Amino acid sequence: MDIMIQFAYVVSGALFIYGLKQLGSPATARRGNMISSLGMLVAVVAALLDQGIVDFQWIVIGFVVGGAIGGVAARMVQMTAMPEMVALFNGFGGMASLLVGWAALNPASETFTLVTIILSILIGGVTFTGSMVAYGKLSEKIDSGAMLFNGQQVVNSLIVLGILGSSVLFCMYPGAGFWLFLVIVLSLAFGVMVVIPIGGADMPVVISLLNSYSGLAACAAGFAVDNNILIVAGSLVGASGIILTQIMCKAMNRSLGNVLFSGFGSGTVEATAVDGEIKPITVEDAYYVLEAASNVAIVPGYGMAVAQAQHVVKELCELLEQNGTEVNFGIHPVAGRMPGHMNVLLAEADVPYDQLLEMDDINPRMENVDVAIVIGANDVVNPAAREQQSSPIYGMPVINVDSARTVFVLKRSMASGFAGIENPLFYKDNTRMLFGDAKESIGGLIREFN
Amino acid sequence: MIPAEVFLTFILMLSIFLGFELITKVPATLHTPLMSGANAISGITVVGAISLAGTGEHDLANWLGALAVALASINVVGGYLVTDRMLAMFKKKEG
Repeated sequence: MDIMIQFAYVVSGALFIYGLKQLGSPATARRGNMISSLGMLVAVVAALLDQGIVDFQWIVIGFVVGGAIGGVAARMVQMTAMPEMVALFNGFGGMASLLVGWAALNPASETFTLVTIILSILIGGVTFTGSMVAYGKLSEKIDSGAMLFNGQQVVNSLIVLGILGSSVLFCMYPGAGFWLFLVIVLSLAFGVMVVIPIGGADMPVVISLLNSYSGLAACAAGFAVDNNILIVAGSLVGASGIILTQIMCKAMNRSLGNVLFSGFGSGTVEATAVDGEIKPITVEDAYYVLEAASNVAIVPGYGMAVAQAQHVVKELCELLEQNGTEVNFGIHPVAGRMPGHMNVLLAEADVPYDQLLEMDDINPRMENVDVAIVIGANDVVNPAAREQQSSPIYGMPVINVDSARTVFVLKRSMASGFAGIENPLFYKDNTRMLFGDAKESIGGLIREFN
Repeated sequence: MIPAEVFLTFILMLSIFLGFELITKVPATLHTPLMSGANAISGITVVGAISLAGTGEHDLANWLGALAVALASINVVGGYLVTDRMLAMFKKKEG
């Protein structure tokens, strides 16, 4: 029987791998997700067949409670709230691994197993509280800005030393509960400390990193309970999170260390004098320009999510196409609060995915674009990243909307972007500002078309 | 016979490289479903939790295991369902 269970895990691992492979194209992705869930089913059934399991009561209760919460959450969540949801799920995954590591503790274990138990508790704990703070920031239940205080580095160093010390002592004296609890408490505290200094615009990096941790925690738990499938599945997730983290960092031209420790956007940025003046435009005038345009590029940012404007954007896009205009979307990798955030919102509004272009695809076409419409994006279209060496975002790859013939910027007010950096785009000769709520402004354009 | 530690570490090493190869091929447009799908897969901890929650001994380890089953099930069920919901929305342009 036991050998059958182990072979079932092999099958399950193959299904996870094949499922992820199918995620390589939007056309096959849905099937891939189903194959992956089948892999999970095989693994769970195999685990239930284990002869060591004599009491199913608490397993069933756990399944029912967890499954119900997960099912309801998956159905109810709004697409704009996906970053929060993923953050929460990362946290639960981390906590589950912490608990498994803890429960697997047997003072008679070998040192190797004890080390893996400590790792699953440590990574799980950091993932849990880190994700909870990320959740709080993303859902704006707590201040989403970077939180810095004097002596933060000292406190962090002390926590790290404490974790190292108590981990070593735990491995030497696994029977004494004290060191175990100290590791749990310190890792929970460390999770909070790691995420509080990170500001809202850097959330795509944090959420990817926590995603990776939740996988690595499962991996460590796999070592602790001596189970291959946890190691395989956990490291697939770990690798996925690390790659996304790398992509996000590259898209901001910053190192991971810089994102994690600098408290970006909290410092006072010196005001750079920008030449030129702000030129507002009315909805009516904007309509005449759009009506005459033959090529339009729409560049969305987090502001589109906040204004819930994706559906009106789609409507405008359809009207433009009926008018014979070619419409494309330019998506910056860090637009929004998580990787791919904008793509999901636009998919929800029925925008076909082949109309969503990545930054490297849209930039060469920008010179042929008559009107670039920037909706709630700021730093990702800031030409200072190319032109001003003194700018904090200098070197970051941006979408070059300023190369388009005309740029419309839909914006609430003249407040600067999340990073608090002045945006010279607003002062360019070919830029027109359409002030107001993005949803209402676009609604106004749609009325003009009808 | 290879010691278990070496065997497990070997699996870890291969899976990490495989993970890198697989994930680099996922297009940017699918990064959000990729993350929620990864959430679901990281719910694999449920398998470890099951063996701890079903020992029949009403000790601390059993309760911790049961709680872990619940938390990991949130990930598994919620993760796969929300990913499916998202992927169903991705459509190609007709015609």
